[in-house]
Amino acid sequence: MRVALFLTCVNDTLYPDTGRAVVKLLTRLGVDVDFPMGQSCCGQAHYNTGYRHEAEPLARHFSDVFREYDAIVTPSGSCGAMVRELYPRMGERARAEGRGDGLARTLAPVVPKTYELTEFLVDVLGVTDVGAHYPHKVTYHPTCHGLRGLGLGDRPRRLLRAVRGLELVELPGAEECCGFGGTFALKNAEVSAAMGADKVRNAESTGAEVLCAADNSCLMHLGGTMSRLRTGMRPVHIAEILASTEEEPAV
Amino acid sequence: MSGRERILGRVRRALADVAPDDRPYGEAVPRDYLREHGRRTVEETVELLAENLADYRAVVHRGTEDRLPALIGRLLAERGSREVLVPAGLPPAWTAAADAVRVDDRAADTPQRLDRVDSVVTGCAVAVAETGTIVLDGSPDQGRRRISLVPDHHICVVRVPDQVVSSVPQALERLDPGRPLTWISGPSATSDIELDRVEGVHGPRTLEVILLG
Amino acid sequence: MTGTFVGMPAFPKAAHDAVHDPTLRGNLRHATHTIRAKRARAVGELSDWAALREAGRRIKDHTLRHLDRYLLQLEESVTAAGGTVHWAADADEANRIVARLVRETGESEVVKVKSMATQEIGLNEALEAEGIRAYETDLAELIVQLGEDRPSHILVPAIHRNRGEIRDIFRKEMGRWGRPAPDDLTDTPAELAEAARLHLREKFLRAKVGISGANFMVAETGTLVVVESEGNGRMCLTLPETLISVVGIEKVVPAWRDLEVFLQTLPRSSTAERMNPYTSMWTGTTDEDGPRAFHLVLLDNGRTDTLADRVGRQALRCIRCSACLNVCPVYERAGGHAYGSVYPGPIGAILSPQLRGTASEIDASLPYASSLCGACYEVCPVAIDIPEVLVHLRERVVEGGPAVRQGNKVVLRPAKGHAAERAAMRAARWAFGHPGALRAGQRLASRTRRLHPRTLPGPGRAWSGTRDLPAVPAEPFRDWWQRTRGGKDGAE
Repeated sequence: MRVALFLTCVNDTLYPDTGRAVVKLLTRLGVDVDFPMGQSCCGQAHYNTGYRHEAEPLARHFSDVFREYDAIVTPSGSCGAMVRELYPRMGERARAEGRGDGLARTLAPVVPKTYELTEFLVDVLGVTDVGAHYPHKVTYHPTCHGLRGLGLGDRPRRLLRAVRGLELVELPGAEECCGFGGTFALKNAEVSAAMGADKVRNAESTGAEVLCAADNSCLMHLGGTMSRLRTGMRPVHIAEILASTEEEPAV
Repeated sequence: MSGRERILGRVRRALADVAPDDRPYGEAVPRDYLREHGRRTVEETVELLAENLADYRAVVHRGTEDRLPALIGRLLAERGSREVLVPAGLPPAWTAAADAVRVDDRAADTPQRLDRVDSVVTGCAVAVAETGTIVLDGSPDQGRRRISLVPDHHICVVRVPDQVVSSVPQALERLDPGRPLTWISGPSATSDIELDRVEGVHGPRTLEVILLG
Repeated sequence: MTGTFVGMPAFPKAAHDAVHDPTLRGNLRHATHTIRAKRARAVGELSDWAALREAGRRIKDHTLRHLDRYLLQLEESVTAAGGTVHWAADADEANRIVARLVRETGESEVVKVKSMATQEIGLNEALEAEGIRAYETDLAELIVQLGEDRPSHILVPAIHRNRGEIRDIFRKEMGRWGRPAPDDLTDTPAELAEAARLHLREKFLRAKVGISGANFMVAETGTLVVVESEGNGRMCLTLPETLISVVGIEKVVPAWRDLEVFLQTLPRSSTAERMNPYTSMWTGTTDEDGPRAFHLVLLDNGRTDTLADRVGRQALRCIRCSACLNVCPVYERAGGHAYGSVYPGPIGAILSPQLRGTASEIDASLPYASSLCGACYEVCPVAIDIPEVLVHLRERVVEGGPAVRQGNKVVLRPAKGHAAERAAMRAARWAFGHPGALRAGQRLASRTRRLHPRTLPGPGRAWSGTRDLPAVPAEPFRDWWQRTRGGKDGAE
């Protein structure tokens, strides 16, 4: 099976540790993962801000880069949802606008092959115990596009529960949005910040050291909030926890 | 152009680019939802009705035909009712043992007159177990809609099991849309203060339901 | 008179006060969290919820697809049952019709059942201008009317008020409108409800004209349905001699049988009850029972414009349950007033800019009043994909394009104020399309990372006013990958 890592532009630029963790984790599980250097951005920020036509060339580019692989794995629920949910919709809209089937046909091959990381682990590889060791108290925030867009369900929690040394504590109000929302965080900064502060307070109330999620965009917002509020908690992407072992612990 | 022609024209233009849909109404909607939730015996359905009525603060009594007059008489007496409204077709025996003065449901009465009456006794058209609902349809034993509204105390007699259905779909099947219908689930209530339910606003603040078997 | 939404600022500005008002935040948090949990329980009782939701969606879609036919059928059924049907293309026309009908009765006051449609068209204000006083009789509407306030929720327009505030409004204002509140009124909800009961009773008993909306209209039978809790609806629908119902054209359903779906989904989504206390159904007029004259005013007011939009028309499925408001994290923090419309929350953010257009500052900002978290779509009993419509309307705001306004095809220009954003989006798209440029940018960021501030000046403050910036890593992932061949070289 030819597996490609779609890291996402945010992770590539700001969170390379998450990318390294995915590579380390998948390699440990016997997957030979490739990182196609041509990849850039799925177009989500454009699409969701109202620039669908600007997002189209990015989607075409995504398909060009990834279409030959058997599986495309991404450590981002929202970018995964962009490909799986919104690429088909972009194709339909182009058709409805009288621009033919071209876009739909270009995007169709990558849609069913794109997996969010925890989906790939549980559904494709069939593992929940990935042999990880992470001796910390962790609470998990299910991000909206993973939860409601992709329907990740309890996959991330099942993976975390199987991690040795990890104490998983329930996050109150877990399914409420953290307030990131892409450009929402800037356009409605005050409401976004209020949502973030409430989420951080809920996380703090659990007594966990680590707030874990499967999307670094939300963690960037929550981490920035935690740092500003001086909570002492750390945001950590789930890939970094799952990649951590006794021999090579995550920092 | 009249408002009618303008609106209909706008609707037709708005739908001009939509693919034709000639499916008849009967085929357009999947009806694979349940006709009732769960399987119950007749007794269990009546029991569920009693539970759900009580859950929304209706007071539930059980009675038999021969003991009904005494029961209604007692409920009115306990309430201290001096006058009781009776629809034209209510079996006279039902209120025969009541001390309260019977006031007939008459078209000529003003709302102010009805407001001075303490209680009302009616039958019902159908009762819905799953939701704890009684439905009145203006039949002779139920009277005009306003008589079960203005007095503060409503006694409603439900014949069990004949008038009881399990579910909302079954209730609608039994009802005649041509009649004025009032669906009642517990006494009047509001959720307008902090989205929390409080019983007792404009309709009868006490609803007593007699399951007559 | 109630307050007005005219001239509202954009959503972020309008939300500012609410976000920083601890009382309001507390009121909204308490109310929405209470109802959220209850709704989940009420919905959980029905094992066939998904099938009911799908049936509701399909009934509404089918009706909208054949709306002209069902409106004509409805008109025929209502007329045959003794009612009179009027058609109003916009708010002014509806208000003129209602005012004329009231004047023809010779009355100068009316009692009203809570109705979104009459709020939308500003009926009370229009009647006031004609010397007709409209009394709101729903408890929350009464609180809003007495407080000269604006509604902030579809179901519970006074949700922004807590019990203490309600007591103060009753004590201060009730006397000016009729029977005053008792001097020793406390803030217990039961006492507040009792005060409203006594205050409104004299109005119900003398009312000659009632005005309502309707939750459903059945084309096949001509039946109208009003779903309520308090009994004020029953009072207004049965005691007056004349009843005028103002109803949006999208409220029609084809058949009697369709009610079996909505009478299950609406109460559970709305007040989280198995069934609401009272539902009234009437078909035209009935001899010697209820009003002798019944008028139905069918209202367009932007609905056909909405119907013309391929993506946006699904908003017309809405049955006004308000489940989307109760679950919305943005609504919970911004409050209903920030939406500048009688339709607040997620559904308001897609309805208002369609019914009114996106020309005003507030309407152009509403599609952005969402983090696109999808909770609204998940709870919607008619499966309106609110995030999809929000994104679609964002596109209309930034790109403009064809739309229908007042029945006419127009081409909208892109909204002002998005030029810098548009340029940034184009630049980003270009960079992402040229990996070499992207990489150069990433490297520049990495190389200068020690110089990066933790907070940003200018527009960047929108982020860094409340959140620290992430530290830029020493190298982007792609450089590490290329340097180590994905770690295979062993070099970390």
